Amino acid sequence: MEDYVIEMLHITKEFPGIIANDDITLQLKRGEIHALLGENGAGKSTLMSVLFGLYTPEKGVIKKDGKEVKINNPNDATDLGIGMVHQHFMLVDIFTVLDNIILGAEPNKFGFLTKDEARKKVMALSEKYNLKVDPDALIEDITVGMQQRVEILKMLYRDNDILIFDEPTAVLTPQEIDELMKIMKELAKEGKSILFITHKLNEIMEVADRCSILRKGKYIGTVDVANTTKEELSSMMVGRDVKFAVDKDEAKPKEDVLKVENVCVKSKLHNKDAVHNVSFNVRAGEIVCIAGIDGNGQTEFVGGLTGLEDISSGKIYLDGDDITNKSIRYKNTHGMSHIPEDRHKHGLVLDYTLEENMILQRYFEPEFSNHGIIKKDAMREYSDRLSEAFDVRSGEGAKTVVRSMSGGNQQKAIVAREMDREHKLLIAVQPTRGLDVGAIEYIHEEIVKQRDSGAAVLLVSLELDEVMNLSDRILVMYEGEIVGEVNPKTTTLQKLGLYMSGAKRDTGKEA
Amino acid sequence: MNEKTSFSKRPGVQTLLVSVLCAAFGVFLGFIILLLMNPAHAVEGMGAILRNFFKYDNNITTLMYYFGSAIVKSVPIILCSEAILFAFKAGLFNIGVAGQYTVGIIASLYTSVALGWHWFFCVLAAIAAGAIWGFFSGFLKANFNVNEVIAGIMLNWISLYLCNIILGQETVMNVSKSETYDIAEKNASGLLPGFLQGVFGNNQYMTIAIPITIIVAVVILFVLNKTTFGYELKATGHNKEAARYAGMNPKRNVIFTLMISGAIAGLAASMIYLTGIEHYKISSSVPGMGFNGIAVAFLGGLNPIGAILAGFFVEYLTLGGQYLNTNYYNPQVADLMVAIIIYLCGFVLFFKHLFSQIGKNKAVKKEVQE
Repeated sequence: MEDYVIEMLHITKEFPGIIANDDITLQLKRGEIHALLGENGAGKSTLMSVLFGLYTPEKGVIKKDGKEVKINNPNDATDLGIGMVHQHFMLVDIFTVLDNIILGAEPNKFGFLTKDEARKKVMALSEKYNLKVDPDALIEDITVGMQQRVEILKMLYRDNDILIFDEPTAVLTPQEIDELMKIMKELAKEGKSILFITHKLNEIMEVADRCSILRKGKYIGTVDVANTTKEELSSMMVGRDVKFAVDKDEAKPKEDVLKVENVCVKSKLHNKDAVHNVSFNVRAGEIVCIAGIDGNGQTEFVGGLTGLEDISSGKIYLDGDDITNKSIRYKNTHGMSHIPEDRHKHGLVLDYTLEENMILQRYFEPEFSNHGIIKKDAMREYSDRLSEAFDVRSGEGAKTVVRSMSGGNQQKAIVAREMDREHKLLIAVQPTRGLDVGAIEYIHEEIVKQRDSGAAVLLVSLELDEVMNLSDRILVMYEGEIVGEVNPKTTTLQKLGLYMSGAKRDTGKEA
Repeated sequence: MNEKTSFSKRPGVQTLLVSVLCAAFGVFLGFIILLLMNPAHAVEGMGAILRNFFKYDNNITTLMYYFGSAIVKSVPIILCSEAILFAFKAGLFNIGVAGQYTVGIIASLYTSVALGWHWFFCVLAAIAAGAIWGFFSGFLKANFNVNEVIAGIMLNWISLYLCNIILGQETVMNVSKSETYDIAEKNASGLLPGFLQGVFGNNQYMTIAIPITIIVAVVILFVLNKTTFGYELKATGHNKEAARYAGMNPKRNVIFTLMISGAIAGLAASMIYLTGIEHYKISSSVPGMGFNGIAVAFLGGLNPIGAILAGFFVEYLTLGGQYLNTNYYNPQVADLMVAIIIYLCGFVLFFKHLFSQIGKNKAVKKEVQE
């Protein structure tokens, strides 16, 4: 008999209108890294929430070490040694790393904190698993990668030996992902069992021992990663063959649509410019990508471009029109579409319904309003049409509150909205962040279609595959400056990496 | 997919149930207090409060007269809670409603008693005064990011002392009675026109304030749910960054929202003081109306129509205190009960959560059994 540490047998969980998990079986061996693969809405998160005691399943049993257990709330899960790193971190921003780690399990004597012991234990764990953290730094001051290490330490501090990682790489840079993969292997070697939820096939191939695949709430199968291929995994996940390379013809660029001249944006963190003297242009019918490691001024630059942040100097022209100091509304209505980096912060009003979000920049237009009164029918029709065209799935259609939709469908809703709006320039920042291969393929195709229909596309991405596959020209941003321009057809990942890390820069400033 | 959510699970119905539960619980606690004070007469006392003006049910004219007074007196608290919930929908906690109400008192009494204006212009003056007071909060919030709660509280005190100074003048204040003159005596045109006075036992305080209050509630409901302006306000309230991304102007919206909220509060003051039922006395504390309005807004489930019901209910209980037998109880017991209910309103959200939780568990159990 196999040595299973956790078994979830025939789990069924229903929500109003949807069966999220339909008779799913998942068996985790001791010391293995077990990937859980599936599209958005396939039921991965629901299954993990069941294991973590957040949902009670209607049918099925959970066994730990062969014995049946009841998990009614997260405390039960913790008692069984199950820990979870959530996709969105559960950390208190204004607490230190150490405080966050002990939060909820504070060591104390007669109600007084005894942090020294905790510190020793944390440092020992950090040493053992090579999880570098500064225990006295505030969470708000450290990078996302380090925040994740804090989350991992939280689990280890509680002596958990079954670790769930819920899409841990969605928020990380390529370097941080490599780091995490190493850490996970290390943890497995030490006897921890890891459940790794993801839809990134490369990561599964690299790190996982076995992989279970879910599709639309159903269990498809479990495979040994060593005996499979990316293609097989993806067709199991999506139910059809998926192309990884983006099909596109040679770009036929025409006139300049976006022209950026010497744009500077002040940094909020220090006195230097976050964006310094950036100049480039994007022509109709081409995809220009700004590549770079996260935090090198891309966010600030896009903020300055779209009007979410002030620029301190420089000029921006859209189709010959000086839009440097124009309002966001002006830019929105004069040909700029923007898929924002942070869909929760900027892209959506989460407590609004899908239909209300679909008209977020257009509610005042005659199509949707009449003398200041919103035309509900027009809004409903428009939302249904876009959802249909872009395959946005939601529990209750146009009336669904967006907060209750899956991340992928939220993103698709934004993409649908921005692509349907009349525009000459599409700014897409991390458009496929956190999406599964099916959705990524779809969004990439749509972006190429945009290009071919004559729009100028500015892509800002941290995913190197995406950068290489999709763009016609690549600009590399390093410390707020454009340090080089490369042609994706003739360059290599290594060369791109040199620019991205600041090791190489073109001498001519006009990139 | 399209199956209807069952009646009891609809958010609107849940809010209503929760509010009713809150009110009932408050009344129950009030009863316990009566029990503690004087057990022998508690049932009788509670009965008197709840029965209220219905004790005149042998004389329909008197009954209607007191019913009318209850309605008249609930007008300002309803309008104050409308002002609060309007701002709340836009993500602003307008605690300055108290001050905006106070400047509304100044404007309506000064223009009617001292200046002898026609009621219509007195009302406009009160609305303008409230709006200006709201503008100050909004301006500070939009341009200097001063929290509207802080600005509101400070403006509340400024308005109180302004009120004492302006209404303390001999042109307005009847020094011998140390309250403001009767409007009827000084300037009859300053009184609001009557409304259905015949129906309500010739209650001279029944004025157009009542239909105006209902109209205001309906207009707010309409603006919030049907118009682009309401769409913008709610979007800003839910997610200011997304509103900015969408090209809305949050600064302008903050100022507008607080001005409108203030205008409603100013209107509230004129709708009670211009009936002549109340006089202003020099006071050392800001009128509580604005604060009670907060509780009423929550008790009403942050719904403009709910606020009407909640406001009337709270006023009904307050008046109920007058019907307590003073041999056994201090009439302020009713105030205490209202205070408890108001306090419980803070728990509306808690109850709501509890309620939906119970609903969930039940649903799960049911499905498991099947």
